[in-house]
Amino acid sequence: MLTLANRATFATLHHAAALQVADDTPAIIFVATGHEPMIINRRDFLANVIGVALSLREIGIRARDLVVIAHTQDLESIYGFWGALWLGAIPSMFPTLTEKLDPDVYQNSISELVRLSSVSAVITTDEFAPQLHSLLPCPVVGSSRLAAARSAATLEQTTNLSIDPHEIAFLQHSSGTTGLQKGIALSHNAALNQIAAYSEVLRLSDDDVIVSWLPLYHDMGLIAGFLLPLIQGIPLVLMSPFDWVQHPVLLLRAIHEYKGTLSWLPNFAYNHCARRIRRRDSEGLSLASIRLLINCSEPVRHESHQLFLDRFAENGLRPDMLGVSYAMAENTFAVTQTSPGCPARLDIIDRDSLEIHRYAKSVTKDHPAAQIRVSCGPPLPNTEIRVFDEAGHPLPERYIGQLGISSNCLLTGYYNRPDLDPFQAGWYLTGDLGYLADGEVYVIGRSKDLIINAGKNIYPQDIEAIVNEIPGVHAGRAVVFGVLDEREGTELIAVVAEVKPDDTEERRDIARAIRQQVARQTMVTVTYVHLVGSKWLLKTSSGKIARGASRDKWLREIQQKGSG
Amino acid sequence: MEDSIFREKLRAFIVEDLIRDPGYPLKDNEGIISGGLMDSFSLAELGVFIEQAFNVYIPDPELTVANLDTLDQIVARVQQG
Repeated sequence: MLTLANRATFATLHHAAALQVADDTPAIIFVATGHEPMIINRRDFLANVIGVALSLREIGIRARDLVVIAHTQDLESIYGFWGALWLGAIPSMFPTLTEKLDPDVYQNSISELVRLSSVSAVITTDEFAPQLHSLLPCPVVGSSRLAAARSAATLEQTTNLSIDPHEIAFLQHSSGTTGLQKGIALSHNAALNQIAAYSEVLRLSDDDVIVSWLPLYHDMGLIAGFLLPLIQGIPLVLMSPFDWVQHPVLLLRAIHEYKGTLSWLPNFAYNHCARRIRRRDSEGLSLASIRLLINCSEPVRHESHQLFLDRFAENGLRPDMLGVSYAMAENTFAVTQTSPGCPARLDIIDRDSLEIHRYAKSVTKDHPAAQIRVSCGPPLPNTEIRVFDEAGHPLPERYIGQLGISSNCLLTGYYNRPDLDPFQAGWYLTGDLGYLADGEVYVIGRSKDLIINAGKNIYPQDIEAIVNEIPGVHAGRAVVFGVLDEREGTELIAVVAEVKPDDTEERRDIARAIRQQVARQTMVTVTYVHLVGSKWLLKTSSGKIARGASRDKWLREIQQKGSG
Repeated sequence: MEDSIFREKLRAFIVEDLIRDPGYPLKDNEGIISGGLMDSFSLAELGVFIEQAFNVYIPDPELTVANLDTLDQIVARVQQG
């Protein structure tokens, strides 16, 4: 197992246990609602990976070529990723086409990516391959073509690679369509440094079993719920995120069945499981095997943990099993992590001092403005965190500022974008606001208007651009923002748009079109659509729409409506 | 219970709790998830509601977008019991 002590003996990801040991130990157990689990041992895993690698080589893919995997989340996409890695090519997982997304919009975003990042091949489903093939200048490979070469693969085939540990291993794509997605390039060194340091903090051992429903195009899913177990040689119980959101008990069944010890969840998932797993489905399932459930990827809410604990205490869930991590793709994944076996520290602070003085003043819980903040834990041993003010000066403890990171697992840069330098004097500035207290990190929010909806980063500009195109909406007169929802434990998306018609029927059609178009073109669904007349939206002194002020105005109107 | 009672109770739940727009004129054959009115998370919520309100348990393999995308489909499934 890779540790900080033996880190030097692992040069590249090719030293992953899943590529080194071909035996009967389960590598991946893929579970799905209504189907028998598929158990893939290390021998079969490696044979499949080599088979894909040979197919890719046949179509001309070489080391350092970029290979995009735009596939449903199943074993084929996994073999595609590792097959590309085996060749020394650079794999990158792309989001999956869903029922609600418009296939044309999806194809266009892949085309854009291929054009801008000089992609060498796209791996996709058999159904989707012909359509993509006609659009893209690079080879498009369907699953069955990859599968055909597997029979020819033998485990003796080796790669004879000469990849340097500083070279790029894979890309993680940032979300967002406006201003083009950026490919976050991570080296073999960065990935291995992250896995070594993170495994140490998690006290990972051969007895661990990781259970994940997370999408592989997201850092939490790709690193914690995919690369970590396969590199370390511990079993991974995986499911499709689409299956899990519709059938959340699948996660609990997998933990029960395979004695899962570690799982990562964004905050909304705690509410989703607590509220939407039917009692008759969870009865008799044991969560006693868990060492740590890690809340990550969106602001952690104490109330969500409490709701989850209350609901599943009868299944053996305890407060010390609930951990927290602050993570981002630019640092490969984890930046901080709470200790296994210790509940996340709670900091009770004065809300007024936070808002007015940007200082997290410690108070007792009976203070009239008391607010509970959940700690994200201390930084990983290879990571340093500082809090910076707007002028870039470091701030003392408990002062709110932008979080900056320095570590040996940061991105190399943005792929094909030498014009963008992610670092300032050696620090990566995260865009997140927070404070440090007693060596632990507390994240307060974002310095920009980013919305985090169910663990997904959403840029309001992307949705505003879609709404502005809808007939009846005054062009440039729509605003999008997030509204924290207690029930869901996440931010929901609200649209306020100025429209021409007063007619109720016409307005309903516009509202319907807004919901439909956003659903077809993005990964999210709009919850609130509020149509208003001309000049409702507030502007800044420079004449731009003031998103924050318009949001506050909307919230005030809603409250008045509620109380009136 | 009559079709219309199921239907109106479900319609009210969907527009108030899931779409969160009580005035939304939801059509009987309108794609609720495929049309972007709610995301697929809400299917699980629908499963919980149907069990509580009508004492009908829809097993997970049947709780899919293909089976339960419109009010017509949902009403038909609830009536099966």
